[in-house]
Amino acid sequence: MDAVADPGGIGVLDLQGGVQEHLDHLRRVGVAARPVKRAADLEGLAGLIIPGGESTCLSRLLNIFSLDKAIRQAYDQGLKLWGTCAGAILLARENIGEAPFLGLIDIAVNRNAFGSQLDSFNREALAPTVAREPIPLTFIRAPKIVRAGEGVRVLLRLDDYIAAAEDDRILVTVFHPELTPSLAFHRYFARKCGLDVAGDDAGLDPDWTPLSWTRFSFHI
Amino acid sequence: MAENRYLLNAQLAQMLKGGVIMDVVNVEQAQIAQEAGAVAVMALERVPADIRKQGGVARMSDPGLIKAIKEAVTIPVMAKARIGHFVEAQILQALRIDYIDESEVLTPADEECHIDKTRFEIPFVCGARNLGEALRRIAEGAAMIRTKGEAGTGNVVEAVRHMRTMNREIRQLTALPAEEIMSFAKVNGIPYELALDVKKLGRLPVVNFAAGGIATPADAALMMQLGCDGVFVGSGIFKSSDPARRARAIVKATAYFNDPEQLLDVSMDLGEPMAGLDVATMASGERLAGRGW
Repeated sequence: MDAVADPGGIGVLDLQGGVQEHLDHLRRVGVAARPVKRAADLEGLAGLIIPGGESTCLSRLLNIFSLDKAIRQAYDQGLKLWGTCAGAILLARENIGEAPFLGLIDIAVNRNAFGSQLDSFNREALAPTVAREPIPLTFIRAPKIVRAGEGVRVLLRLDDYIAAAEDDRILVTVFHPELTPSLAFHRYFARKCGLDVAGDDAGLDPDWTPLSWTRFSFHI
Repeated sequence: MAENRYLLNAQLAQMLKGGVIMDVVNVEQAQIAQEAGAVAVMALERVPADIRKQGGVARMSDPGLIKAIKEAVTIPVMAKARIGHFVEAQILQALRIDYIDESEVLTPADEECHIDKTRFEIPFVCGARNLGEALRRIAEGAAMIRTKGEAGTGNVVEAVRHMRTMNREIRQLTALPAEEIMSFAKVNGIPYELALDVKKLGRLPVVNFAAGGIATPADAALMMQLGCDGVFVGSGIFKSSDPARRARAIVKATAYFNDPEQLLDVSMDLGEPMAGLDVATMASGERLAGRGW
Protein backbone atom coordinates (compact mmCIF):
# COMPACT_ATOMS: atom_id res chain seq x y z
CA MET A 1 0.00 0.00 0.00
CA ASP A 2 1.14 3.49 -0.74
CA ALA A 3 1.75 5.68 2.25
CA VAL A 4 -0.77 8.49 2.56
CA ALA A 5 1.00 11.83 2.43
CA ASP A 6 -0.41 15.25 3.28
CA PRO A 7 -3.82 14.22 4.62
CA GLY A 8 -6.45 16.85 4.05
CA GLY A 9 -4.92 18.22 0.88
CA ILE A 10 -6.28 18.38 -2.64
CA GLY A 11 -5.63 15.70 -5.24
CA VAL A 12 -5.43 16.05 -9.01
CA LEU A 13 -6.66 13.09 -11.02
CA ASP A 14 -3.51 11.98 -12.82
CA LEU A 15 -4.65 9.87 -15.77
CA GLN A 16 -4.28 12.28 -18.68
CA GLY A 17 -4.33 16.03 -19.32
CA GLY A 18 -3.41 19.20 -17.43
CA VAL A 19 -2.28 17.58 -14.18
CA GLN A 20 0.99 19.44 -13.56
CA GLU A 21 -0.67 22.81 -14.20
CA HIS A 22 -3.13 22.23 -11.34
CA LEU A 23 -0.42 20.89 -9.02
CA ASP A 24 1.59 24.05 -9.66
CA HIS A 25 -1.39 26.33 -8.90
CA LEU A 26 -2.29 24.43 -5.72
CA ARG A 27 1.29 24.73 -4.45
CA ARG A 28 1.20 28.46 -5.16
CA VAL A 29 -1.96 28.73 -3.08
CA GLY A 30 -0.14 26.91 -0.27
CA VAL A 31 -2.24 23.74 -0.34
CA ALA A 32 -0.82 20.24 0.03
CA ALA A 33 -1.36 18.75 -3.43
CA ARG A 34 -0.72 15.34 -4.91
CA PRO A 35 -1.49 13.38 -8.06
CA VAL A 36 -4.16 10.67 -7.82
CA LYS A 37 -3.68 7.59 -9.96
CA ARG A 38 -5.28 4.86 -7.87
CA ALA A 39 -8.22 4.51 -5.49
CA ALA A 40 -5.84 4.36 -2.52
CA ASP A 41 -4.49 7.81 -3.41
CA LEU A 42 -7.88 9.34 -2.55
CA GLU A 43 -7.55 8.49 1.11
CA GLY A 44 -7.56 11.52 3.40
CA LEU A 45 -8.11 14.07 0.65
CA ALA A 46 -10.46 17.01 1.18
CA GLY A 47 -10.89 17.68 -2.51
CA LEU A 48 -10.17 16.28 -5.97
CA ILE A 49 -9.66 18.16 -9.22
CA ILE A 50 -10.61 16.39 -12.44
CA PRO A 51 -8.46 18.28 -14.94
CA GLY A 52 -8.85 19.19 -18.57
CA GLY A 53 -7.79 16.64 -21.10
CA GLU A 54 -9.96 14.52 -23.35
CA SER A 55 -13.14 13.43 -21.61
CA THR A 56 -13.56 10.18 -23.59
CA CYS A 57 -9.99 9.17 -22.74
CA LEU A 58 -10.45 10.07 -19.06
CA SER A 59 -13.75 8.19 -18.87
CA ARG A 60 -12.18 5.04 -20.33
CA LEU A 61 -9.30 5.17 -17.87
CA LEU A 62 -11.61 5.86 -14.92
CA ASN A 63 -13.68 2.83 -15.87
CA ILE A 64 -10.83 0.44 -16.29
CA PHE A 65 -9.49 0.50 -12.78
CA SER A 66 -12.79 1.30 -11.02
CA LEU A 67 -11.53 4.73 -10.01
CA ASP A 68 -14.96 6.07 -10.91
CA LYS A 69 -16.53 3.94 -8.16
CA ALA A 70 -13.88 5.04 -5.69
CA ILE A 71 -14.49 8.71 -6.55
CA ARG A 72 -18.26 8.29 -6.11
CA GLN A 73 -17.69 6.58 -2.78
CA ALA A 74 -15.31 9.30 -1.55
CA TYR A 75 -17.77 11.95 -2.75
CA ASP A 76 -20.53 10.29 -0.71
CA GLN A 77 -18.22 10.55 2.28
CA GLY A 78 -17.62 14.28 1.77
CA LEU A 79 -14.88 14.64 -0.87
CA LYS A 80 -15.33 17.92 -2.76
CA LEU A 81 -14.88 17.86 -6.54
CA TRP A 82 -13.85 20.40 -9.15
CA GLY A 83 -13.97 19.65 -12.87
CA THR A 84 -12.22 21.93 -15.36
CA CYS A 85 -13.23 21.62 -19.03
CA ALA A 86 -13.23 17.84 -19.69
CA GLY A 87 -13.61 17.37 -15.92
CA ALA A 88 -16.83 19.40 -16.02
CA ILE A 89 -18.12 17.17 -18.83
CA LEU A 90 -17.41 14.08 -16.73
CA LEU A 91 -19.21 15.51 -13.68
CA ALA A 92 -22.31 16.74 -15.55
CA ARG A 93 -25.63 14.96 -15.14
CA GLU A 94 -26.55 15.68 -18.75
CA ASN A 95 -24.15 15.56 -21.70
CA ILE A 96 -26.06 16.65 -24.79
CA GLY A 97 -26.14 13.95 -27.45
CA GLU A 98 -24.12 11.53 -25.33
CA ALA A 99 -24.42 9.45 -22.18
CA PRO A 100 -23.38 11.21 -18.96
CA PHE A 101 -20.43 9.78 -17.06
CA LEU A 102 -20.16 10.51 -13.33
CA GLY A 103 -23.37 12.57 -13.43
CA LEU A 104 -22.89 14.15 -10.00
CA ILE A 105 -23.93 17.78 -10.59
CA ASP A 106 -27.22 18.84 -12.15
CA ILE A 107 -25.97 20.72 -15.19
CA ALA A 108 -26.21 20.09 -18.93
CA VAL A 109 -23.06 20.50 -21.02
CA ASN A 110 -22.54 20.79 -24.74
CA ARG A 111 -19.15 19.44 -25.79
CA ASN A 112 -16.92 21.38 -28.24
CA ALA A 113 -19.57 24.06 -28.32
CA PHE A 114 -17.22 26.70 -29.74
CA GLY A 115 -15.73 24.63 -32.59
CA SER A 116 -12.15 23.62 -33.29
CA GLN A 117 -8.81 24.80 -31.87
CA LEU A 118 -9.02 27.89 -34.10
CA ASP A 119 -12.00 28.93 -31.96
CA SER A 120 -10.12 28.61 -28.64
CA PHE A 121 -9.79 32.02 -26.96
CA ASN A 122 -8.86 34.18 -23.96
CA ARG A 123 -11.03 36.77 -22.32
CA GLU A 124 -11.46 38.54 -18.98
CA ALA A 125 -14.55 38.51 -16.81
CA LEU A 126 -15.74 39.24 -13.31
CA ALA A 127 -16.99 36.32 -11.22
CA PRO A 128 -17.96 38.32 -8.12
CA THR A 129 -18.36 35.33 -5.78
CA VAL A 130 -14.82 34.18 -6.58
CA ALA A 131 -12.76 37.36 -7.05
CA ARG A 132 -13.28 41.11 -6.63
CA GLU A 133 -11.55 42.00 -9.90
CA PRO A 134 -11.98 40.58 -13.41
CA ILE A 135 -9.72 37.59 -14.00
CA PRO A 136 -8.17 36.17 -17.19
CA LEU A 137 -9.96 33.12 -18.61
CA THR A 138 -8.62 30.56 -21.08
CA PHE A 139 -11.05 28.48 -23.16
CA ILE A 140 -9.54 25.57 -25.11
CA ARG A 141 -11.96 23.57 -27.26
CA ALA A 142 -14.30 24.28 -24.38
CA PRO A 143 -17.77 22.92 -23.67
CA LYS A 144 -20.66 25.20 -22.69
CA ILE A 145 -22.85 24.69 -19.67
CA VAL A 146 -26.31 25.27 -21.11
CA ARG A 147 -28.50 24.49 -18.10
CA ALA A 148 -28.06 24.67 -14.33
CA GLY A 149 -30.56 22.68 -12.29
CA GLU A 150 -31.99 23.22 -8.84
CA GLY A 151 -29.38 23.69 -6.14
CA VAL A 152 -26.76 24.78 -8.70
CA ARG A 153 -25.49 28.37 -8.40
CA VAL A 154 -24.15 30.16 -11.46
CA LEU A 155 -20.76 31.74 -10.70
CA LEU A 156 -20.11 33.16 -14.16
CA ARG A 157 -22.47 33.65 -17.08
CA LEU A 158 -21.08 34.85 -20.44
CA ASP A 159 -23.06 35.49 -23.62
CA ASP A 160 -25.43 32.54 -24.06
CA TYR A 161 -23.79 30.07 -21.69
CA ILE A 162 -22.69 29.39 -18.15
CA ALA A 163 -18.91 29.24 -17.74
CA ALA A 164 -18.68 28.39 -14.02
CA ALA A 165 -21.16 26.94 -11.53
CA GLU A 166 -21.29 25.07 -8.24
CA ASP A 167 -23.49 23.20 -5.85
CA ASP A 168 -22.62 22.52 -2.24
CA ARG A 169 -20.02 19.87 -3.04
CA ILE A 170 -18.96 20.37 -6.65
CA LEU A 171 -17.38 23.20 -8.65
CA VAL A 172 -17.34 23.20 -12.47
CA THR A 173 -15.54 25.56 -14.87
CA VAL A 174 -15.46 25.18 -18.63
CA PHE A 175 -12.32 27.35 -18.80
CA HIS A 176 -8.83 26.64 -17.41
CA PRO A 177 -7.78 28.79 -14.42
CA GLU A 178 -4.65 26.61 -14.18
CA LEU A 179 -3.45 28.04 -17.52
CA THR A 180 -3.52 31.65 -16.28
CA PRO A 181 -1.70 33.64 -13.57
CA SER A 182 -4.94 33.89 -11.54
CA LEU A 183 -5.10 31.71 -8.42
CA ALA A 184 -8.62 32.87 -7.50
CA PHE A 185 -10.49 29.70 -8.45
CA HIS A 186 -7.91 27.48 -6.76
CA ARG A 187 -8.26 29.50 -3.54
CA TYR A 188 -12.03 29.38 -3.89
CA PHE A 189 -11.99 25.60 -4.27
CA ALA A 190 -9.56 25.16 -1.38
CA ARG A 191 -11.94 27.13 0.86
CA LYS A 192 -14.84 25.04 -0.43
CA CYS A 193 -12.83 22.04 0.75
CA GLY A 194 -12.60 23.63 4.20
CA LEU A 195 -8.88 24.38 3.89
CA ASP A 196 -7.37 27.47 5.38
CA VAL A 197 -5.76 29.50 2.61
CA ALA A 198 -4.35 32.97 2.76
CA GLY A 199 -3.93 35.42 -0.06
CA ASP A 200 -5.75 38.01 -2.08
CA ASP A 201 -8.28 36.74 -4.62
CA ALA A 202 -7.95 39.73 -6.84
CA GLY A 203 -4.25 39.56 -7.58
CA LEU A 204 -2.40 37.61 -10.22
CA ASP A 205 0.65 35.59 -9.26
CA PRO A 206 3.63 37.61 -10.55
CA ASP A 207 5.90 34.55 -10.48
CA TRP A 208 3.67 32.38 -12.65
CA THR A 209 4.68 31.87 -16.27
CA PRO A 210 3.09 29.72 -19.01
CA LEU A 211 5.93 27.24 -18.41
CA SER A 212 5.54 26.94 -14.63
CA TRP A 213 3.94 23.52 -15.11
CA THR A 214 7.20 22.09 -16.37
CA ARG A 215 8.65 21.92 -12.86
CA PHE A 216 6.24 19.03 -12.20
CA SER A 217 6.87 17.31 -15.52
CA PHE A 218 9.84 15.22 -14.45
CA HIS A 219 8.15 11.96 -13.67
CA ILE A 220 11.03 9.52 -13.57
CA MET B 1 0.34 34.69 -35.19
CA ALA B 2 -0.46 36.70 -32.09
CA GLU B 3 1.40 35.73 -28.93
CA ASN B 4 -1.79 34.66 -27.16
CA ARG B 5 -2.73 32.43 -30.10
CA TYR B 6 0.65 30.66 -29.89
CA LEU B 7 0.14 30.17 -26.17
CA LEU B 8 -3.37 28.75 -26.70
CA ASN B 9 -1.88 26.34 -29.23
CA ALA B 10 0.91 25.22 -26.88
CA GLN B 11 -1.73 24.85 -24.17
CA LEU B 12 -3.89 22.54 -26.29
CA ALA B 13 -0.82 20.28 -26.51
CA GLN B 14 -0.59 20.47 -22.69
CA MET B 15 -4.13 19.10 -22.50
CA LEU B 16 -3.04 16.10 -24.60
CA LYS B 17 -0.28 15.12 -22.16
CA GLY B 18 -0.32 11.54 -20.97
CA GLY B 19 -2.37 10.57 -23.99
CA VAL B 20 -2.10 8.59 -27.21
CA ILE B 21 -2.59 10.10 -30.66
CA MET B 22 -3.53 7.46 -33.24
CA ASP B 23 -3.18 7.36 -37.04
CA VAL B 24 -6.49 6.55 -38.73
CA VAL B 25 -7.31 6.20 -42.44
CA ASN B 26 -11.12 6.20 -42.35
CA VAL B 27 -14.15 7.08 -40.24
CA GLU B 28 -14.49 3.60 -38.79
CA GLN B 29 -10.90 3.58 -37.51
CA ALA B 30 -11.35 7.09 -36.10
CA GLN B 31 -14.35 5.90 -34.10
CA ILE B 32 -12.44 2.85 -32.84
CA ALA B 33 -9.58 5.13 -31.77
CA GLN B 34 -11.88 7.53 -29.94
CA GLU B 35 -13.76 4.68 -28.29
CA ALA B 36 -10.45 3.22 -27.09
CA GLY B 37 -9.49 6.52 -25.43
CA ALA B 38 -7.23 8.25 -27.96
CA VAL B 39 -6.71 11.95 -27.12
CA ALA B 40 -6.58 12.86 -30.81
CA VAL B 41 -6.50 11.21 -34.22
CA MET B 42 -4.13 11.81 -37.12
CA ALA B 43 -6.27 11.61 -40.26
CA LEU B 44 -4.43 10.33 -43.32
CA GLU B 45 -4.94 8.22 -46.45
CA ARG B 46 -2.22 5.68 -45.77
CA VAL B 47 -0.42 4.78 -42.56
CA PRO B 48 3.39 5.05 -42.75
CA ALA B 49 3.85 1.28 -43.16
CA ASP B 50 1.81 1.42 -46.39
CA ILE B 51 3.50 4.61 -47.60
CA ARG B 52 6.77 2.76 -47.14
CA LYS B 53 5.54 -0.31 -49.02
CA GLN B 54 3.83 1.49 -51.90
CA GLY B 55 6.48 4.14 -52.48
CA GLY B 56 5.87 7.10 -54.80
CA VAL B 57 5.24 10.64 -53.64
CA ALA B 58 3.24 10.87 -50.40
CA ARG B 59 1.20 14.08 -50.15
CA MET B 60 -1.39 15.69 -47.89
CA SER B 61 -4.49 13.48 -47.69
CA ASP B 62 -7.68 14.30 -49.57
CA PRO B 63 -9.38 17.03 -47.49
CA GLY B 64 -12.70 15.23 -48.08
CA LEU B 65 -11.42 12.26 -46.09
CA ILE B 66 -10.10 14.50 -43.30
CA LYS B 67 -13.42 16.36 -43.19
CA ALA B 68 -15.38 13.10 -42.88
CA ILE B 69 -13.16 12.00 -39.98
CA LYS B 70 -13.50 15.42 -38.32
CA GLU B 71 -17.27 15.11 -38.45
CA ALA B 72 -17.21 11.59 -37.00
CA VAL B 73 -15.31 12.27 -33.75
CA THR B 74 -15.33 14.77 -30.87
CA ILE B 75 -11.61 14.49 -30.04
CA PRO B 76 -9.08 16.78 -31.80
CA VAL B 77 -8.19 15.95 -35.39
CA MET B 78 -4.67 16.37 -36.75
CA ALA B 79 -3.48 15.96 -40.34
CA LYS B 80 -0.12 15.97 -42.10
CA ALA B 81 1.35 18.51 -44.50
CA ARG B 82 4.61 17.91 -46.38
CA ILE B 83 7.74 19.55 -44.97
CA GLY B 84 7.90 23.06 -46.43
CA HIS B 85 4.52 22.78 -48.21
CA PHE B 86 2.89 25.88 -46.78
CA VAL B 87 -0.03 25.71 -49.19
CA GLU B 88 -1.03 22.27 -47.95
CA ALA B 89 -0.90 23.86 -44.50
CA GLN B 90 -3.09 26.76 -45.68
CA ILE B 91 -5.64 24.25 -46.96
CA LEU B 92 -5.61 22.31 -43.68
CA GLN B 93 -6.05 25.56 -41.75
CA ALA B 94 -9.02 26.45 -43.98
CA LEU B 95 -10.47 23.03 -43.16
CA ARG B 96 -10.30 24.08 -39.47
CA ILE B 97 -8.74 20.93 -38.12
CA ASP B 98 -7.08 21.19 -34.69
CA TYR B 99 -3.36 20.59 -35.37
CA ILE B 100 -1.06 20.22 -38.40
CA ASP B 101 1.84 17.75 -38.39
CA GLU B 102 4.59 19.02 -40.69
CA SER B 103 5.76 15.50 -41.31
CA GLU B 104 8.75 13.65 -42.71
CA VAL B 105 6.41 10.70 -43.33
CA LEU B 106 5.22 12.58 -46.42
CA THR B 107 7.63 13.36 -49.24
CA PRO B 108 9.23 16.75 -48.50
CA ALA B 109 8.17 19.61 -50.75
CA ASP B 110 11.17 21.73 -49.81
CA GLU B 111 14.58 20.37 -48.87
CA GLU B 112 15.86 23.68 -47.48
CA CYS B 113 13.01 25.43 -45.71
CA HIS B 114 10.38 24.21 -43.31
CA ILE B 115 7.03 26.02 -43.14
CA ASP B 116 7.09 29.44 -41.46
CA LYS B 117 4.59 28.38 -38.83
CA THR B 118 4.42 31.84 -37.25
CA ARG B 119 2.26 32.92 -40.19
CA PHE B 120 -0.53 30.54 -39.22
CA GLU B 121 -3.21 30.66 -36.55
CA ILE B 122 -3.44 26.87 -36.42
CA PRO B 123 -0.94 24.94 -34.27
CA PHE B 124 1.84 22.75 -35.67
CA VAL B 125 3.65 19.72 -34.32
CA CYS B 126 7.03 18.87 -35.88
CA GLY B 127 9.40 15.91 -35.68
CA ALA B 128 12.93 16.13 -34.30
CA ARG B 129 15.90 13.81 -33.78
CA ASN B 130 17.84 15.99 -31.39
CA LEU B 131 17.67 19.18 -29.34
CA GLY B 132 18.83 21.48 -32.11
CA GLU B 133 16.22 20.22 -34.54
CA ALA B 134 13.46 20.55 -31.92
CA LEU B 135 14.44 24.13 -31.07
CA ARG B 136 14.74 25.17 -34.73
CA ARG B 137 11.16 23.99 -35.28
CA ILE B 138 10.02 25.84 -32.15
CA ALA B 139 11.76 28.99 -33.44
CA GLU B 140 9.75 28.55 -36.67
CA GLY B 141 6.53 28.46 -34.62
CA ALA B 142 5.91 24.80 -33.73
CA ALA B 143 3.76 24.58 -30.57
CA MET B 144 4.53 20.90 -29.96
CA ILE B 145 7.41 18.54 -30.76
CA ARG B 146 7.59 14.79 -31.32
CA THR B 147 10.53 12.50 -31.86
CA LYS B 148 10.83 11.39 -35.47
CA GLY B 149 11.66 7.79 -34.67
CA GLU B 150 11.37 5.70 -37.82
CA ALA B 151 7.73 5.66 -38.86
CA GLY B 152 6.10 2.57 -40.32
CA THR B 153 8.68 0.12 -38.99
CA GLY B 154 7.06 -1.06 -35.75
CA ASN B 155 10.59 -0.72 -34.39
CA VAL B 156 11.03 1.62 -31.43
CA VAL B 157 14.82 1.84 -31.66
CA GLU B 158 14.97 5.19 -33.47
CA ALA B 159 12.41 6.84 -31.19
CA VAL B 160 14.54 5.73 -28.23
CA ARG B 161 17.65 7.09 -29.92
CA HIS B 162 16.03 10.47 -30.57
CA MET B 163 14.59 10.76 -27.06
CA ARG B 164 17.90 9.80 -25.44
CA THR B 165 19.74 12.24 -27.69
CA MET B 166 17.44 15.11 -26.70
CA ASN B 167 17.70 14.22 -23.01
CA ARG B 168 21.50 13.98 -23.20
CA GLU B 169 21.84 17.31 -24.98
CA ILE B 170 19.47 18.98 -22.51
CA ARG B 171 21.56 17.66 -19.61
CA GLN B 172 24.74 18.91 -21.29
CA LEU B 173 23.25 22.35 -21.85
CA THR B 174 21.93 22.54 -18.30
CA ALA B 175 25.42 21.90 -16.92
CA LEU B 176 27.20 24.52 -19.06
CA PRO B 177 28.54 27.77 -17.58
CA ALA B 178 26.96 30.87 -19.11
CA GLU B 179 29.93 31.72 -21.32
CA GLU B 180 29.80 28.35 -23.10
CA ILE B 181 26.14 28.54 -24.13
CA MET B 182 26.69 30.59 -27.29
CA SER B 183 29.26 28.13 -28.50
CA PHE B 184 26.97 25.15 -27.73
CA ALA B 185 24.14 26.94 -29.55
CA LYS B 186 26.37 27.56 -32.57
CA VAL B 187 27.62 23.98 -32.81
CA ASN B 188 24.12 22.52 -32.44
CA GLY B 189 22.33 25.06 -34.60
CA ILE B 190 20.20 26.26 -31.69
CA PRO B 191 18.61 29.72 -31.47
CA TYR B 192 20.39 31.35 -28.51
CA GLU B 193 17.29 32.56 -26.66
CA LEU B 194 15.77 29.09 -26.77
CA ALA B 195 19.03 27.60 -25.49
CA LEU B 196 18.69 29.87 -22.44
CA ASP B 197 15.08 28.72 -21.93
CA VAL B 198 16.08 25.06 -22.04
CA LYS B 199 18.96 25.65 -19.64
CA LYS B 200 16.55 27.25 -17.17
CA LEU B 201 13.76 24.68 -17.53
CA GLY B 202 15.85 21.53 -17.93
CA ARG B 203 13.47 20.36 -20.66
CA LEU B 204 11.93 21.46 -23.95
CA PRO B 205 9.76 24.58 -23.60
CA VAL B 206 6.82 22.81 -25.30
CA VAL B 207 5.10 19.45 -24.93
CA ASN B 208 7.17 16.62 -26.44
CA PHE B 209 5.59 13.36 -27.59
CA ALA B 210 7.30 10.19 -28.80
CA ALA B 211 6.58 8.93 -32.31
CA GLY B 212 7.94 6.57 -34.93
CA GLY B 213 7.89 2.82 -34.35
CA ILE B 214 5.75 2.41 -31.22
CA ALA B 215 3.85 -0.89 -31.58
CA THR B 216 3.20 -2.31 -28.11
CA PRO B 217 2.03 -1.09 -24.68
CA ALA B 218 5.57 -1.71 -23.44
CA ASP B 219 6.96 0.53 -26.22
CA ALA B 220 4.61 3.34 -25.15
CA ALA B 221 5.56 2.98 -21.48
CA LEU B 222 9.26 2.84 -22.40
CA MET B 223 9.01 6.20 -24.16
CA MET B 224 7.06 7.67 -21.23
CA GLN B 225 9.69 6.45 -18.77
CA LEU B 226 12.34 8.06 -20.96
CA GLY B 227 10.58 11.34 -20.26
CA CYS B 228 8.24 12.14 -23.13
CA ASP B 229 4.82 13.70 -22.43
CA GLY B 230 2.68 11.31 -24.51
CA VAL B 231 2.87 9.11 -27.62
CA PHE B 232 1.84 8.93 -31.26
CA VAL B 233 1.05 5.48 -32.62
CA GLY B 234 1.01 5.34 -36.40
CA SER B 235 0.88 1.96 -38.08
CA GLY B 236 1.18 0.06 -34.78
CA ILE B 237 -2.54 -0.13 -34.02
CA PHE B 238 -4.39 -0.68 -37.28
CA LYS B 239 -1.68 -2.95 -38.72
CA SER B 240 -2.08 -5.33 -35.76
CA SER B 241 -4.49 -8.26 -35.58
CA ASP B 242 -6.86 -6.73 -32.99
CA PRO B 243 -6.70 -2.93 -33.29
CA ALA B 244 -9.41 -2.01 -30.74
CA ARG B 245 -7.87 -4.17 -28.05
CA ARG B 246 -4.32 -2.99 -28.77
CA ALA B 247 -5.47 0.63 -28.84
CA ARG B 248 -7.08 0.31 -25.40
CA ALA B 249 -3.98 -1.43 -24.05
CA ILE B 250 -1.64 1.31 -25.31
CA VAL B 251 -3.88 4.01 -23.78
CA LYS B 252 -3.73 2.25 -20.41
CA ALA B 253 0.01 1.64 -20.67
CA THR B 254 0.62 5.33 -21.38
CA ALA B 255 -1.38 6.40 -18.32
CA TYR B 256 0.15 3.74 -16.05
CA PHE B 257 3.61 3.78 -17.62
CA ASN B 258 5.33 3.54 -14.25
CA ASP B 259 3.35 0.57 -12.94
CA PRO B 260 4.77 -2.79 -14.10
CA GLU B 261 1.79 -4.75 -12.73
CA GLN B 262 -0.67 -2.75 -14.82
CA LEU B 263 1.68 -3.04 -17.79
CA LEU B 264 1.75 -6.81 -17.35
CA ASP B 265 -2.01 -6.89 -17.18
CA VAL B 266 -2.57 -4.83 -20.35
CA SER B 267 0.15 -6.62 -22.34
CA MET B 268 -1.53 -10.03 -22.20
CA ASP B 269 -3.39 -11.69 -25.09
CA LEU B 270 -3.24 -8.77 -27.50
CA GLY B 271 -2.89 -10.88 -30.65
CA GLU B 272 -0.26 -10.26 -33.30
CA PRO B 273 1.53 -6.89 -33.31
CA MET B 274 2.35 -5.30 -36.66
CA ALA B 275 5.23 -6.96 -38.50
CA GLY B 276 8.43 -5.05 -37.76
CA LEU B 277 11.35 -3.88 -39.87
CA ASP B 278 15.00 -3.89 -38.88
CA VAL B 279 16.08 -0.27 -39.18
CA ALA B 280 19.80 -1.18 -39.10
CA THR B 281 19.61 -3.03 -42.42
CA MET B 282 17.54 -0.38 -44.20
CA ALA B 283 19.15 1.65 -46.97
CA SER B 284 19.58 5.28 -45.91
CA GLY B 285 17.18 6.36 -48.66
CA GLU B 286 14.43 4.32 -47.04
CA ARG B 287 14.79 6.13 -43.74
CA LEU B 288 12.21 8.85 -43.27
CA ALA B 289 13.86 10.47 -40.24
CA GLY B 290 16.59 11.96 -42.43
CA ARG B 291 14.02 14.17 -44.17
CA GLY B 292 14.09 17.73 -42.86
CA TRP B 293 16.87 19.14 -40.72
